[in-house]
Amino acid sequence: MDLKIKINGEDWTLDVAPADTLLDVLRERVGTKSPKIGCERGDCGSCTVLIDGRSVRSCLVLAVEADGHEITTVEGISYDGLSALQTLFLENNSFQCGFCTPGIVLSATELLEQNPNPTRHDVQEALAGNLCRCTGYEPIIDAVLAAGDGGSE
Amino acid sequence: MTPTDTFLFEAESGNKDLESVGTPAVRIDGRDKISGAAQFVDDIDFGPGLLHAAVVESPHAYARIVSIDTSEAEKADGVVRVATGKDFPYKFGMYMEDRYIFAQDYVRFVGEQVAGVVARSHREAVRAAKLVKVEYEVLTPLLDPKAAVEDGAELIHPDLDEYTHVPWFFPKANTNIAHWRKIRKGDTEKAFAEADYVLEDTYTVPRYAHCAIEPHVTVSKLDFADRLTVWTASQSPHTQRHLFAEALAPLGFTHKDVRVITPYVGGGFGGKAGVSMEIIGAALATLVKGRPVKLRFTREQEFYNTYQRQGVVAELKVGVKSDGEITAVEHKLYWDAGAYVEYGANVVNAAGLSATGPYRVPNITNDSLCIYTNLPPGGPYRGFGYSEFHFGLESHMDRIAEAIGMDPVEFRRKNAIIEGDELAYGAAMNPSGMLEAIDRTAAAIDWGVEEESDNPNTVIGKGISLFWKAPAMPPNSSSASFLKFNEDGSINITVSGMELGQGYLTVMAQIAGEVLSVPVDKIRVETPDTDRNPYEWQTVASHVTWSSGLAVEKAAIEARAKIFDVIHQVYGYEDDSLYLEDEKVKCKTDPSFAKSLSEFVIDGIQTEDGTWRGGPIVASGKFMPEFTNANSDPETGQGGHPNVHYTVGATGVILEIDKETGRIWVRKAALAVDAGRAINPDLVKGQITGGLVQGLATVLYEDMRFDDDGKLLNPNFTDYKIPTAFDIPDEIIPIIVEVPQPDGPFGARGVGEHTMIGAAPVIANAVYNALGVRIKSMPITQEKVAMAILEQSGN
Ligand code: FES
Ligand code: FES
Repeated sequence: MDLKIKINGEDWTLDVAPADTLLDVLRERVGTKSPKIGCERGDCGSCTVLIDGRSVRSCLVLAVEADGHEITTVEGISYDGLSALQTLFLENNSFQCGFCTPGIVLSATELLEQNPNPTRHDVQEALAGNLCRCTGYEPIIDAVLAAGDGGSE
Repeated sequence: MTPTDTFLFEAESGNKDLESVGTPAVRIDGRDKISGAAQFVDDIDFGPGLLHAAVVESPHAYARIVSIDTSEAEKADGVVRVATGKDFPYKFGMYMEDRYIFAQDYVRFVGEQVAGVVARSHREAVRAAKLVKVEYEVLTPLLDPKAAVEDGAELIHPDLDEYTHVPWFFPKANTNIAHWRKIRKGDTEKAFAEADYVLEDTYTVPRYAHCAIEPHVTVSKLDFADRLTVWTASQSPHTQRHLFAEALAPLGFTHKDVRVITPYVGGGFGGKAGVSMEIIGAALATLVKGRPVKLRFTREQEFYNTYQRQGVVAELKVGVKSDGEITAVEHKLYWDAGAYVEYGANVVNAAGLSATGPYRVPNITNDSLCIYTNLPPGGPYRGFGYSEFHFGLESHMDRIAEAIGMDPVEFRRKNAIIEGDELAYGAAMNPSGMLEAIDRTAAAIDWGVEEESDNPNTVIGKGISLFWKAPAMPPNSSSASFLKFNEDGSINITVSGMELGQGYLTVMAQIAGEVLSVPVDKIRVETPDTDRNPYEWQTVASHVTWSSGLAVEKAAIEARAKIFDVIHQVYGYEDDSLYLEDEKVKCKTDPSFAKSLSEFVIDGIQTEDGTWRGGPIVASGKFMPEFTNANSDPETGQGGHPNVHYTVGATGVILEIDKETGRIWVRKAALAVDAGRAINPDLVKGQITGGLVQGLATVLYEDMRFDDDGKLLNPNFTDYKIPTAFDIPDEIIPIIVEVPQPDGPFGARGVGEHTMIGAAPVIANAVYNALGVRIKSMPITQEKVAMAILEQSGN
């Protein structure tokens, strides 16, 4: 089946099988490796990507469902250097092993797009689908709050 | 390096402020991880020749393999090779060789690998694995460790007495006891008889899963020159190479033929230490020469066929005098070690050595029993046995304090072990900031101030617990490092510790940078490749900041000596008049002299006659703790010096509980750990926050559940709940105590595992403080609390 999608600003036409997930296609066909395989059943969020700016778990999305849409992964927001949010992740040590980080950066990016001044509760809610076993979340929440307007509660 | 060398260096640098050590330097792996550049094993491209492996697993906890028929699978689409135990009748194991690559005649847990299928695609491999027909004679599994040590219990490993193991294990032939660590010190019976108060009780702790978000994955390739290369998500590249070379020695492999490459790893927590599924991949690759083979575990397999944290039944008896002095501890730990204990037996050993907790105890009887059961293999998990026994021990301490009418903090302060006190095995306790940790933790949660909830439906409770832990490792575990300068004065360091997320690479750069006056952002430290990086035992035991840090410090000191030597040869200044500052060599006796490192660390310095001196500055360093030994009396545990040192600390919480539903909110958590010296305070805080949340999860949410046939019921994140961003304390207060470790790099000691150890008992104690209900089995879930409240009110 033919799939036409835009990935990080680049147009792709790919022949995919009906059962291929978007995650498979991104990793194996396009070579975009920042979305990770953590559970393949929608539980962990390490495969998070943005479709037209909305975060999805790409292990649960069939590639054909993304036809005609625009996909953003963390590579896509790193072309022109780190975003303000990414810089805050660095400063706050909002990662340890880094395996969850691409997904979390995207979920937080989506949140800040929609709600530039989130509360702690908003941040927790936006990240609740992204599991991190290393950080205890606290430094991640701090970075996202700081990225909001003035970081006020 | 001897401790004295370190001291000399410390004294020397004591004149100036430290510039790198002690600062929150930005992580050197940060950009990689934030930008998506970081490569994990599964992200590496192996080209179109890549093959995929799938494992055929036992559906039974205990069974005899009658026959295996692979013919259908072999004919399936895309299948390249099918292998069974017959292809690899080789044993392996970390501390005890009790495991086979594929099951031989028996399977001993649900999920054990019986056969492997290699195919062109992942889907084809999985499909073909289902076509392998295995006929079993099903046997009755032993799932309870106490039942497994009863007389006449079926023997899970009848040949136990023939197994090869390290000399500090004491298996009991014709039983299911794979190792029995005993400590006998003083006269516990007499002490109990003379005690004013004795408390005896039993605590139980279930099994837990590590849940690193990256599953285990390995890619192995045997090339046509008979070179075996293994890319693996591992904490232990050199240990893996060693175990692969040993297990596959019958196929002609030697250490130099095996190469292990470990890129970034997506969390370990002990689960990626030693060798587990990686050996399956390595073995299968030997059958398909020239083709790389990938084996990636699913999340389910991650739960049931990698190491699990062992469960334990802890029978504890403690005697005290009426003034609160602890006089005797008797701790019997019955470990559910699972079907294979090749690694887990050392968890049992470590716990047995230290099961008094961080207290001064003159009379001790510890029995720590490593018991085979038909559950998945136990193994290393952050905390290495200490989290498990601290649950009962620290619950017990609160109960005793209450019984004798003493404040629990005061009781702990009185008995806390301090420098010079005698340890259970006879050696002396290292310097520690235990009392400071207790005081600062207590202050952080306003200990002694009773708090009332504004909400009539909730109650507030406070708790405190102490922790300690020593690295558990063979007495000769060592670390090494290479260091080389580049033309611009930047540095490459190679080590074989793993960046698990803790910030190891950054800390190594800070240590070298401090000695050589080079900023951290000019130092590159990368993840290991056993071909080019020098030896490191493993990244476990919270020992790499200390041990690998000493190796790096030593290499940097050697490089500095070589730098000074070049200057001396060319300019005649005495070495001891020279020092490094801002990437320059300077001279105490000639303030006008300054020579930038970048001017000479590769090309050397030209002398007046036109010839050159110096050349590339390269150095190496190694560290082995030469004061340790594991030779102790098997019956008493006395005589050796098995542990290098202990790291100590305290945990405190304020929590709120809904009196009807039992729901618990942790309002505030404080954790003080004695890091000796925090090489990077922000990274220490990261360990505190992450470890505390992981520890709280074991007591509040997580718990592996098995059915009566030994099958794991919750092998996924829907049914085995790990914390989300919502499930964390409202506030975490990290407290860093710094009482230097005399033989540590700049005084540092490890903190990585320790931060989760105190979490379970502190919740138990705070729940009691809030409700007057004592829960003696983990986890302390909402349901359990609600039930306890009901029972208490007499319903
Ligand atoms: S891999 Fe998609 S949610 Fe876990
Ligand atoms: S940083 Fe390791 S899982 Fe989040």
